Amino acid sequence: MSKQQQYRIKVNGQEETITAEPRELLIYTLREHLNLTGPHIGCETSHCGACTVTMNRKSVKACTVFIAQADGAEITTIEGLGDPDVLHPLQEAFREHHGLQCGYCTPGMITRAARLLEENPDPTDEDIRFGMAGNLCRCTGYQNIVKSIKAAARTMNETREAAE
Amino acid sequence: MNDMSPDRAERSEKLNGLGCSRKRVEDARFTQGKGNYVDDIKLDGMLSGDFVRSPYAHAKVVNISTEKALEVPGVLAVLTATDLEPLNLHWMPTLAGDKQMVLADGKVLFQGQEVAFVVATDRFAAADGVEAVDVEYEELPVLTDPFEALKSDIVLREDLEKGADGAHGPRKHHNHIFTWEAGDKDATEQVLSHSDVVAEEMVYYHRTHPCPLETCGCVASMDKVNGKLTLWGTFQAPHAIRTVVSLISGIEEHNIRIVSPDIGGGFGNKVGAYPGYVCSVVASIVTGKPVKWIEDRMDNLMATAFARDYWMQGKIAATKEGKITGLWCHTTADHGGFDACADPSKFPAGFMSICTGSYDIPTAYLAVDGVYTNKAPGGVAYRCSFRVTEAAYFVERMMEVLAIELNMDAAELRRINFIRKDQFPYQSALGWEYDSGDYHAAWDKALAAVDYAGLRREQAERIEAFKAGHTRKLLGIGLTHFTEIVGAGPVKNCDILGLGMFDSCEIRIHPTGSALARIGAISQGQGHATTFAQILASEIGLPAESITVEQGDTDTAPYGLGTYGSRSTPVSGAATALAGRKIRAKAQMIAAYLLEVHDDDVEFDVDRFVVKGAPERFKTMKEIAFAAYNQAVPGIEPGLEAVSYYDPPNMTYPFGAYICVMEIDVDTGEHDIRQFYALDDCGTRINPMIIEGQVHGGLTEALAIAMGQEIAYDDMGNVKTGTLMDFFLPTVCETPHYTTDYTTTPSPHHPIGAKGVGESPNVGGVPAFSNAVHDAFRAFGLRQSHMPHDQWRVWKIANDLGLHN
Ligand code: FES
Ligand code: FES
Repeated sequence: MSKQQQYRIKVNGQEETITAEPRELLIYTLREHLNLTGPHIGCETSHCGACTVTMNRKSVKACTVFIAQADGAEITTIEGLGDPDVLHPLQEAFREHHGLQCGYCTPGMITRAARLLEENPDPTDEDIRFGMAGNLCRCTGYQNIVKSIKAAARTMNETREAAE
Repeated sequence: MNDMSPDRAERSEKLNGLGCSRKRVEDARFTQGKGNYVDDIKLDGMLSGDFVRSPYAHAKVVNISTEKALEVPGVLAVLTATDLEPLNLHWMPTLAGDKQMVLADGKVLFQGQEVAFVVATDRFAAADGVEAVDVEYEELPVLTDPFEALKSDIVLREDLEKGADGAHGPRKHHNHIFTWEAGDKDATEQVLSHSDVVAEEMVYYHRTHPCPLETCGCVASMDKVNGKLTLWGTFQAPHAIRTVVSLISGIEEHNIRIVSPDIGGGFGNKVGAYPGYVCSVVASIVTGKPVKWIEDRMDNLMATAFARDYWMQGKIAATKEGKITGLWCHTTADHGGFDACADPSKFPAGFMSICTGSYDIPTAYLAVDGVYTNKAPGGVAYRCSFRVTEAAYFVERMMEVLAIELNMDAAELRRINFIRKDQFPYQSALGWEYDSGDYHAAWDKALAAVDYAGLRREQAERIEAFKAGHTRKLLGIGLTHFTEIVGAGPVKNCDILGLGMFDSCEIRIHPTGSALARIGAISQGQGHATTFAQILASEIGLPAESITVEQGDTDTAPYGLGTYGSRSTPVSGAATALAGRKIRAKAQMIAAYLLEVHDDDVEFDVDRFVVKGAPERFKTMKEIAFAAYNQAVPGIEPGLEAVSYYDPPNMTYPFGAYICVMEIDVDTGEHDIRQFYALDDCGTRINPMIIEGQVHGGLTEALAIAMGQEIAYDDMGNVKTGTLMDFFLPTVCETPHYTTDYTTTPSPHHPIGAKGVGESPNVGGVPAFSNAVHDAFRAFGLRQSHMPHDQWRVWKIANDLGLHN
């Protein structure tokens, strides 16, 4: 056990001050201190992606980031993507195309996919598969996840075009 | 009322009932990160528990010293077997009639075994406490091979009385658990010695693990004021857990509430009762605080619920034309240190006796010997109905081997041996009554869909090109026709710990025409809240959107045996339909009263009762619901509720035809799945979208098992695949695209004709992938090579066949 310290992070637009040991993992900070239980834990070894959040405009696996590394960072979790009245197009698309079953991987999947679509708004199936390879799903066999992401990309592009 | 007038079709569509691809009601919370899984539960003052686990596979525990751990800040207690013994909780019964140590009682039998339970203020403190517990072991010789274990002088289970019978009859050796037999031994041996052709092979289905994305865990909270224990956890069978907890703790069952919240996948991993549950309960009683225990991934892979590990020696006999005359199988089943298989009590080898598969085999014999080794206990049905996966793999491999022996096309060999449509209900040589099927129709459809003849031509050309040195890639065509046996099961022969395997549904219709249904099954991703509402919508004529389905809370749900073995739809789904019919029967009387006609003069029409011959005179179910609560109907109680407990008359027998086309690089052992076609017949289809999703998911688990996933041990009993680094879970990049298809042969005995589908793709998928690998090398002399077919093993096949020279 080492000494507790203060860290500042911005989560889903909100400034937070966290008092924790530097070894505390970001996933734990989010889930236990901030009660953001959307990101899940599936392995704690960076393999499954259930804990995926966006940190400083990059997808990270929150199970392998120390809170000390996250000091000053801007973080988005599934809770920061859309709200019950206005869902994120990915949230709509996953439902529409049956991109989830038990739902355990889903917050990480959608958070990762949101970042992927920011980096590449018009991905091919191949791009999606490559870009989502860090997120495991045990239920769906991925086919409908790929379909969902593709559909969301289409919707987002149409909305963008309409706005231009 | 069978014709579909436009009006009727429109009303029917509005119900979102049986057969439509209704979107899931679960998804809103899951996509927004608002699911409620066990690790999301937070209670005031909640503590965290973690295990000290054995680093050795077989050792005496000489001493456990906890002093240093108790000095770690935040650590409140360390439980050992000595603490549990006065409560008689240091051992617990397993589902298979054996007993298992909760915490090491003088020795350990597998690596990762639970030795002590550290309770602390949070996870990190508990982990520090685990580090500080000092355990002195004295290593013992290790047995990891079941064949060797049966010959060895080393005794693994000194606790079992020498020479005494086990739960399933006589034990032949101190490391032997049971022998289980089905069929006619003498007759089968006769056939084997008199047939034209006999093919013999050892088929190994390796040890693997269900590995759902969420591990197992629980939160135990003993309320000392009210004397009530609440246990939230990842339970695939919450009611059974309640009964077990009551039996072993002595707490009366009404004072125990078991809640399965959202579950992040189960696949059989979450059926059993684990030491973590017992220790959490005890810790909560001792500390007076809620205690949470969540496995990490290594705990999960090392200690809870492996699957398979069956060595199946087979002989299959046929005429020279290829008509099968007999099947013989002897299985050596590696059960690990304790027999903790999750099977119905009377079936210690599950439904392995479905191993005659889809074929009309007149004579058969099966024997299974269960063996103790220094490996983790379990033997759960990983996306499988109790060893059906092993059975299907066995027979589908034997068919391929027989085809080689006969020099016949494997598709044709299957076709001439299928049970014919007119033979159903079919009595199998090993004792099952197959309810229905049309295997030839499914097979022909599948072969046509992939242009089977064309594929074989291409394969022949490829072999020529390979021999001529023009390519280094071979083409494999993996065929499978599987028959499942699911929906356990009839109470007359299916029970778990004496609890009959019926299931249940309870329905309340609210006055304004919406409803609440509670079921004994529990979803781990299958989407019951969506599909069970569809079943009911069609039965009671209220829209699925107006029906809430609740599950998983034993204080409110009717008793049921839970969800595994594809039993939800066949058993709980049947109970749901029948409870719906009870509602309808009462509604009919109310309608008749309101319409002032005799009960028999009204009939059900989609969402209403109409007067026969005068369809303009009707009462909708919504109106009837209201009347049930505000009208005094003579001779009828107010209210509109029903309960149904369903004891299935038989199992259901879903089947399917799968074809996998695979390219294999001879030099690297890499594979590329060019095409995968899956035809499933699960009887009446409730929600095609969900069925398709289940098939995709099950096939991907099958892909993992066949092509790389295993729980491997070294000779010292060390688990070599204890993290996701070594335990293969396919990513989206390794997963191929699947084409799904179907035929529909309704189950004749199920109220809506449904058969269950969730496990079929795993049962049929594994032999399809494996057969594709074998088929690619058939022309070069390969008969049998054990899974998983990872790159190294496939490369080795090629190398052993001299293809690298
Ligand atoms: S929990 Fe972070 S990658 Fe699995
Ligand atoms: S939906 Fe269950 S793990 Fe992806």
